[in-house]
Parts: sequence; structure tokens; C-alpha cells
Amino acid sequence: MEGLDEEMERDPTVCVMGEDVGHYGGSYKVTKGLATKYGDLRVLDTPIAENSFTGMGVGAAMTGLRPVVEGMNMGFLLLAYNQISNNCGMLHYTSGGQFKIPIVIRGPGGVGRQLGAEHSQRLESYFQSIPGIQMVACSTPYNAKGLMKAAIRSENPVVLFEHVLLYNLKERIPDEEYVLSLEEAEMVRPGEHVTILTYSRMRYHVMQAAKTLVNKGYDPEVIDIRSLKPFDLHTIGNSIKKTHRVLIVEECMRTGGIGASLRAAIIDNFWDYLDGPIMCLSSQDVPTPYAGTLEDWTVVQPAQIVAAVEQLCK
Amino acid sequence: MAAFSAVKISPPQFTPVRSTSQRPASTPVQSIHSSSAAFSSGSFASSKSVLSRPLFAVSAVVSSDKTKSRSAPASHPAVTREEALELYEDMVLGRSFEDMCAQMYYRGKMFGFVHLYNGQEAVSTGFIKLLNQADKVISTYRDHVHALSKGVPAREVMAELFGKSTGCCRGQGGSMHMFSAAHNLLGGFAFIGEGIPVATGAAFSAKYNHEVLKQSKPEGLDVTCAFFGDGTCNNGQFFECLNMAQLWKLPIIFVVENNLWAIGMSHLRATSDPEIWKKGPAFGMPGVHVDGMDVLKVREVANEAIARARRGEGPTLVECETYRFRGHSLADPDELRKAEEKAHFAARDPIPALKKYIIEQGLASESELKSIDKKVDDLVEEAVEFADASPHPPRSQLLENVFADPKGFGIGPDGKYRCEDPLFTQGTAQV
Repeated sequence: MEGLDEEMERDPTVCVMGEDVGHYGGSYKVTKGLATKYGDLRVLDTPIAENSFTGMGVGAAMTGLRPVVEGMNMGFLLLAYNQISNNCGMLHYTSGGQFKIPIVIRGPGGVGRQLGAEHSQRLESYFQSIPGIQMVACSTPYNAKGLMKAAIRSENPVVLFEHVLLYNLKERIPDEEYVLSLEEAEMVRPGEHVTILTYSRMRYHVMQAAKTLVNKGYDPEVIDIRSLKPFDLHTIGNSIKKTHRVLIVEECMRTGGIGASLRAAIIDNFWDYLDGPIMCLSSQDVPTPYAGTLEDWTVVQPAQIVAAVEQLCK
Repeated sequence: MAAFSAVKISPPQFTPVRSTSQRPASTPVQSIHSSSAAFSSGSFASSKSVLSRPLFAVSAVVSSDKTKSRSAPASHPAVTREEALELYEDMVLGRSFEDMCAQMYYRGKMFGFVHLYNGQEAVSTGFIKLLNQADKVISTYRDHVHALSKGVPAREVMAELFGKSTGCCRGQGGSMHMFSAAHNLLGGFAFIGEGIPVATGAAFSAKYNHEVLKQSKPEGLDVTCAFFGDGTCNNGQFFECLNMAQLWKLPIIFVVENNLWAIGMSHLRATSDPEIWKKGPAFGMPGVHVDGMDVLKVREVANEAIARARRGEGPTLVECETYRFRGHSLADPDELRKAEEKAHFAARDPIPALKKYIIEQGLASESELKSIDKKVDDLVEEAVEFADASPHPPRSQLLENVFADPKGFGIGPDGKYRCEDPLFTQGTAQV
């Protein structure tokens, strides 16, 4: 939210559009206070019409503004798929480069606490094929602010994936202005034995597993890939050249997920450096059940990560 | 028209309708839709009575001036000589260009889906010739003539259709995706309805420029014209945008080119209430119906709608009754539409109608108009020659323009790919 405020102050063409972003302050309070500060047009409360207000954001972006479109829950952006795929992703190309779409589409997604199947979706796997968009996933207050600022300043359409369970994190962040790179991954914990690639909430499960692994004598290297499209193959590659073992831990579903694409990219580029097959832990291919116990079993838990690393390092 | 299986569905009865918004009209006017009802029931007789009635612009604001709406069309010229010639030339350009497209298509110079605008020229010319350069136009796949009216050079449109790199979109868009930043043509969309939110966004920008960025212009807000058809008016995006445009009083005009057919689906078979203009008042904006085969009437209505938008009074929904003389696209055999219907509208061809008007009003002579015809023919020929001579896009163009900022492909700050993936970087963009 700080990032959004700073960018809106810095550049008057930055505006926000979404349901309940204005007077309500956002369903997760990301836009709290902004409407009072910047007015009802710059922080636009829209009617419930995702496809149309996302398209409106595209039209505004084509004509000089820099809109930040919020999906109240990322899942709602499925209704905006037409605009995201056809217009956000394609218009710069089909217009022969004449129009740019500097739009940021963001929202909370991922599996929460018993929110039910439709409010627990991971759209990164659905959007990843769309040519012309960039996707980033933030995971800490520090990178959330930096990535938000970078996304707003980017000339490309960026989809910023936030996570429902990570809004309450507290962290000390620098007072000075900083902007992160949209295409870079983050080295969370350097190590020697195995490369663990993850993003968003699973980062925390991985770090929890890492504690256990360290006690057992392993030295995992944990990378938060952050940039879901394009992958930061430079950082990932350097890690693989060092450890020769890869484990991907993701929250999206196994079929057609981010892990699936990442595996393919790693095999294409770093085959010679691998000592064994790439392991990938993903969520089950089920609509997220409501029951807490079932929900816990749909996503990857730290114990599974520990077991996977042990198997990889055998 | 054949009904569904054994059940005969009779077309809705059209009563004389009021064309207005919040305030009741002083002059009830006959809806011209009654002529379409006649065709749907297969009867041609009743249409004769429609033809014998004088046709005049049905405008919510114009009808308040009773003398104007009741008089026979133009006892005084509604346009100056220069304006009339501009309108004539623009419509002839549209017609000539589309005819040439058909020829070129069948000669194998252009491919894919090509949707021609023949017959609908009055709508494009009537609206777009009143717009400034800064005003925006958004269209659908039937966009060649909107592009031409907005000022995109014919040679650039033709080259785009031929898929050459000198086309307005470097050959990357094609027939259905005409764009021009210089002329503020924001597309060209293949899926119907998806351009309407984009148009709403452009209108939002205009309002934002005025209210937030304080970049106001003496003439008023920049206007956005969104063109789309009858089929689109059953699509959710249409209704969602009518709501938002009126809610925020955006400077946009929703221009419905109702040509009665969505490929092979008759408007009457698809729509519960076929009178589209009525859907404006349902959202609180004026809904106007106009004879889209008469460029002067379209222009009259357009003038008022544009002035409203510039003053900040918000959107207008304008339904233009028009007709496409050709099939939906060049691949459409056009077998469903009846000959009588086609003949009825062919008799209302906007170009001979304007020509007749110009000559009768003494605005120009026949030979002057003929010389305009010749000028346009030469222009279109030249466009074809230019397109023919232009180069095809090279391999290196393939990955250009995917991203405005090529870092989207994973390029590092030194300008090179951060990781060389040979399959990915083959022949790729310059950074």
C-alpha cells in the first residue's frame, strides 16, 4: 500500500480502479486512505463488472494513464479473462507497437483459511500462456512494495499476484525509496546441496522445512522466483550449476502449473547440470475443499518438502 | 421468416415510439423498425407504406423543434458546399476501398476474415467527420472505413490488409485490428463487445485529463465514439459499459450500426426487445434512433451527441438503422437474407442519395462529383500499388512489439538476454 501511495504521489497519471477500493479501502485494506487523499476519480470505486472495468483500464492505459486494476479476489479476474488475454496482452503487438498498455492488475489469490473453492484460486497458471504480459508474485512486505512500484513504472502490462494469507506480515523496510526489478528472483537462503524454487506463500512453508533440513544436516538453497513470467533463468541457472538438484514447491495445481513450465525451461537450458530428475511439489488437482483438514492436504506442507529433499539428496 | 420448428413466432408489433430519455418527447415518431418487422413476416406489402413516408432524423433533441422534425427533408441545405463534398468524398472512398478489397481478396492478395462495410458508409462519415484529431474512435472487425474516415491513409490500410510491414500496424494486426496512434483509432477488435470497455476507458481518460490533470481544452472534453453492431447489443460488456459511462458521465457516444444481421442471425431472432435505442434510457442516458442510410440525418444526430459529450453532459446511445450490402465477411455466401430486403436497402444507398441531394440543392455539379469519383479511384489504385510494392515483414519482426519494454522477455540491464535460451532467442528482437 505504501508503494501504491508513493507512486500515486509521484505520478499523477497513476490511478486505481476496482470494487470497494475507494471508500471501503479495499477488501484487504491495500487502498485504505487513498480515496480521501487522491479523490474519487483517481481511486475509482467500480460497479461489479470485472471484464468491463479491466477493459476500461486497458483503454485508459492506451490513452496516457497508468491504471492499477484490483480484482477483489484474484479469482474474480477470471471474468476479465477476455480483456486480459485479448487486450492487455495483445494490443501492443497487433497495433504494431503504436499503443502501450502500462497497466497493473493485482489482487489477492491463493489458498486461504477455508474460503471455499472459488475464493482459493491460483490464476498464475491460467494466465502464464498469455503472450505480452508479465507476471510477478510478491511474498514479503519488502518485495511487495518494491514490486508494486516496479510494476507501476513498467511500460508493460503486469499481473501482480498477492496472497490472502500474507497481508498481516510485518517487516521493517527501508525509509529510502527503492524499486525492485520485475524480472529478478530473490535469493532467500544460499546453500550447497539442493536448489529449492518457490514463490508466494509456499516460501514460508519452504523456510519452515529448511529449518528442519538444516537440523538434519542438509544445506538447501532457497530461491523465491518472484518473476513468474519471464523466469529469471540467470539466477536459477547459477544455482543449478552449483547444486545440481532441483525441487520446485508451488501452490498452483500440478497440471499446467508454473512448476510444469519451469521444469521444461530448466530441462531445456540446464540439462547437463542436473544430477537427477527435477522434483515438483504442487497442490492437488482439486477444487479447494472447505473443510480445514482437507484444505491442508490440498497444499504442500513442510513435512512433504523435507521428505522430497531427503529423497533428492539420496 | 421461418419460425422455430412447428411453433410460429410472430414478430413483435411495433407501436409508434417515443424517442427520448428522461423527458417525454413532444412529437411521437414512427419507428423505422416497422419496416424490418414486415420483412420478418415475409410480407412486402406493408413496406411500401414505409417508403412513401418521408424519412427524417429521429432525434430526442431535434424533435423538440417541431417544425424541423415535421418538414420534408431539407428545404434549405443542412450543409455547406465544402461540407457536402467532404461527406461525399469520404463515403465514395469507403465504398471504393471496400470494393477493391473484395477484388484483392479473390485475387489472393489478402487472407483470413475480411468484413466489408458497403452500405454503412453514412454512419462512419456522418459521425467521424465531425470529430477532431484528438477524439478517439473504437471499432470492431468491420473497421476499414472507420480507419479511412478518421484519416488513416488508404495506402497504410491496404498495406496492412496485404500483411506488409508498411501497414498501419506493420502487418501484425490485419483486417480486424486497425490501429493508429496518430489518428486516435484505438482498434479494430475481433471479439464483439471487447472494444466497448476500451472505448469507455478512453473516455475515462478524457475526463481524468480534465478533472485530475487539469489539462482542459477550450472546446471541451475529448469525445470517444464506439462503433459496434446489433449483435453486440446483447452482450454483457455493452450493458456494463452503458452503466459505467452514465454513472461517471463519460464523454462517449455508443453508436450502434444496426444492420439487422449478426452473420446469419437476424436481430429479431436474437433480441427480446429489438429497439436498441430504448436501452439508453434504461441506464439514464438519451437513446436515439436515426436513419443510418442518410448521412445528413446521422450527422445531425451526431452533432448533438458530440456537443453533449464535450460539455460534460455524458454519454448518448445512438442506434443507426443501416444495412450491409455484402455478406458478413468475404467468406459468407449470404444466402439467408431475402432479395426484397436487399433491394429495399439498395434503394436507400447513401451515396446516390447524397449525390442527388447535392445536385438538387445546387451545391455542386455532376461533373464535379464525377471528378471526385475519379480522384478516389486513383487514390485506391495507388494504395494497391503501394501495398503490392511494399516488403513483407522480415523474420526479425516476429518478436518485436510483444512488449513495450523488452525486459518482459527476460532481458538484463546490459541489453542482453540474462540467460541464453537458444530456442527462445532465435531471430529475436533488437533491444
